[in-house]
Amino acid sequence: MIEFISQPWHWSISGAMLFLVMLLLIYLGQKFGVSSSFQAMCSIGGAGKRFEYFNYDWKKHDWLLVFVLGSIIGGVIASTFLASPEPVQISTATINDLSALGITYPKTSIEGAGFLPIDVFNFEALKTLKGLILIVGGGFLIGFGTRYGGGCTSGHAITGLSNLQLPSLIAVVGFFIGGLLMTHLLFPIIFSL
Amino acid sequence: MKLLKFLLVGILFGIVMTKSEAISWFRIQEMFRFQSFHMYGIIGVAVVMGALLHFLIKKYDVKNIFGDVIQIKDKPKTYKASFFGGTIFGLGWAMTGACPGPLYVLVGHGYLIILIIIMSALVGTFVYGALKSKLPH
Repeated sequence: MIEFISQPWHWSISGAMLFLVMLLLIYLGQKFGVSSSFQAMCSIGGAGKRFEYFNYDWKKHDWLLVFVLGSIIGGVIASTFLASPEPVQISTATINDLSALGITYPKTSIEGAGFLPIDVFNFEALKTLKGLILIVGGGFLIGFGTRYGGGCTSGHAITGLSNLQLPSLIAVVGFFIGGLLMTHLLFPIIFSL
Repeated sequence: MKLLKFLLVGILFGIVMTKSEAISWFRIQEMFRFQSFHMYGIIGVAVVMGALLHFLIKKYDVKNIFGDVIQIKDKPKTYKASFFGGTIFGLGWAMTGACPGPLYVLVGHGYLIILIIIMSALVGTFVYGALKSKLPH
């Protein structure tokens, strides 16, 4: 059983399981949307004293903070007991494109799981301009953008689109404009730094 | 205990994100380069099944665990904010290869550098909260 689950899942199974997560949250009286956790954490940190946006009862998001804690535990469980035998099998075209940017891809699971390019994302890299832009700058844009746009992949792309929300469709178009701009125009510049 | 259920769903989410490989920076690159159907397949299946769910909930007044009829709120019609905020998030999504959910899951995988990304995201959220009244929505 464990061995069966430990294989990488086909996208159709993965999509159905992601749907199940959304279904369970709706059944439990909530909704699927992870980025609101950032607002709650800022509010807990006292930001509500200074700015109206954080001046709300964060306890209405207590379930989300517990969900987030669960997802970290889920990561621990999956990496400890359910790790795939091979690194993520991405397409050769992507491996080649990334190698042109100087990013190496793990060939065996000893070299890495293929979750993160660890030669770019590490504490040592914070001393370089490239690392600072990708790690600190990237994180900043995620926090700013998701809260400005009113949601991330879970809230807009999955919940919002499946509920036929026009603001979510617009947001998802934005996700792709930003992502394509970064990948195709800005990555060659950032990775040459 | 009410919150324990959310802990369990969170654990399921962490496992699903891992085994679907949606937490992989490389998978996100593959998606933005249109070199695999993988991520589109995951999101597509979830959206189609979700659309059916939303349809059924509205049609049959389905009740939640508390016995209340499920009501799903519309997203606020702040189109400019959706567009500009979405685009800004898209830039960050491609850079870090992770949206908020996978960020937390990756911490569980032991990638502690992700904590710096999460802290930066909190700073970004704080700056948004500070500038909110000055931004187009």
